[in-house]
Amino acid sequence: MAGTALRRRLTWQLATAAAVTAETASVSTIALELPYWPGHRAGQHLDVRLTAEDGYRAERSYSIASAPGEAPAITVERLDDGEVSPYLTEELRVGNQIEVRGPIGGYFVWEERNDSSPLLLLAGGSGIVPLRSILRHRDRSGSTVPVRLLYSARSLPEVIYRAELDRHGPGVEVIYTLTRQRPPGWTGHAGRVDDTLLAEVAWPADRGPLAFACGPTPFVEAVATGLVRLGYPPGQVKTERFGATGGR
Amino acid sequence: MSPVTRGFHGRRREPAGAEGRVPPGQYVTDDFPVLSAGPTPRTPLEVWTFSIRQDGSTARSWSWEEMRALPAERVTADIHCVTRWSKLDTEWDAVSVDTLLGQVDHDARYVLAFCDGGYTTNLPLADVTGGQAWLAFGYGGQPLEPAHGGPARLLVPHLYFWKSAKWVRGLELLDTDQPGFWETYGYHDYGDPWREQRYAGD
Amino acid sequence: MEPLDGNAIGGLLQEVFGTEMTTAVGTCAACGATAQVAEFVVYLRAPGTVVRCRNCLGLLMVIARIRDMNCVDLRGLAALEADPGV
Repeated sequence: MAGTALRRRLTWQLATAAAVTAETASVSTIALELPYWPGHRAGQHLDVRLTAEDGYRAERSYSIASAPGEAPAITVERLDDGEVSPYLTEELRVGNQIEVRGPIGGYFVWEERNDSSPLLLLAGGSGIVPLRSILRHRDRSGSTVPVRLLYSARSLPEVIYRAELDRHGPGVEVIYTLTRQRPPGWTGHAGRVDDTLLAEVAWPADRGPLAFACGPTPFVEAVATGLVRLGYPPGQVKTERFGATGGR
Repeated sequence: MSPVTRGFHGRRREPAGAEGRVPPGQYVTDDFPVLSAGPTPRTPLEVWTFSIRQDGSTARSWSWEEMRALPAERVTADIHCVTRWSKLDTEWDAVSVDTLLGQVDHDARYVLAFCDGGYTTNLPLADVTGGQAWLAFGYGGQPLEPAHGGPARLLVPHLYFWKSAKWVRGLELLDTDQPGFWETYGYHDYGDPWREQRYAGD
Repeated sequence: MEPLDGNAIGGLLQEVFGTEMTTAVGTCAACGATAQVAEFVVYLRAPGTVVRCRNCLGLLMVIARIRDMNCVDLRGLAALEADPGV
């Protein structure tokens, strides 16, 4: 149950790919079936380990994209110079098995509570993945906590989960900023998140908001320090840094 | 052993033309991975020095200009990282460690390389002399980038590349072997890739 | 190469300590700063995992995988306290 510890020892398990869904041209979501799945908390991740025939191993971490209560799924961005992501996004088929360990994490997690602290979610690129889990958990739990999601992506076609994010109900505002390319007639924000955009989008510090920032290290550090400058107590800004190229 | 992941190949082991050049357990890479144990130091050339230290004091030191005035050579070498990647035919511009050590009177048997950021690594004197080691300031015909150890790094290609200390600032001359950073944490004191000496006890 | 944070070693630390550790609070032996493990600076791409203090960049932990064993050095931490609520 969310909030209680998993006392069972964390071990590698053979997970079966149950479904593979393309999210964008280079991003896929893989739904997994595990022999033992205790459930997870919104924001947690899985470790994935691949082993070649000669024993060569590669290991990476991927945030869980699904909400607590849903079957575990990871969303993977294919990196051109990647070692694991090309395999997961291009080679892996439904029915194939990969070693997985998890769920992992206790810091970068969100649980619906009884208070009404507004939630500020800040996503850089594939940093949207654990935040989507948080958004879905908020929906499924019936929470009415107000949410603002600031999502920085290179271009609109590279926005992951766009249809789902655009459908969001009342209480959730999604603000995009596109850093490399904008579609014709784009009236939204452009360029990297800076103090001006943060000041515009972030909940005022005196409302006691809780922030979750996830994405490449430079993005996370820029937004986290920006929020602290806006008066957010550092303990109210949770950070999760991905490798500069998008994965971990 | 872990179950094999269908269709996962890792990296190519030994491309055509590389027969005999890739030590056991290594794969050849075309890129140049950046591995680091800490933030990239940024020492300005005006304050950079390379020193040979002995018995607690500096025996000889060179400023950047003095070092660059020494005879330098173009070195082509295969390099092998303990994390299993190898890179063939890398090109460096470097001053031989023989040139540097030749200016100091000593009978040391070991050296401990010390670097900006606190990294150290140990080597037998016999492995940094006789044309086996260099102080490299250029890579691929360009000044060595900070991420790869610039302004200058040690280059000792016959041993695993953790011995080719980045951001090197000098060599401490020692009578006895003293483990450096990775050697303290369980890596091999010597590190011969051809005998696959990755970890202590190998 | 940008460093990551302690979230990236959540699985490794859970394997080593037998419990969730990203919320554990560590005290830097060099500067005394306290922070949750999730906030530590983590260098993954090295012959081992190197964990540093965000305040002074002092070495907190070094974890090397030596022949399928995790060799853990915690001398850079003056204290490490797992979150009792986890």
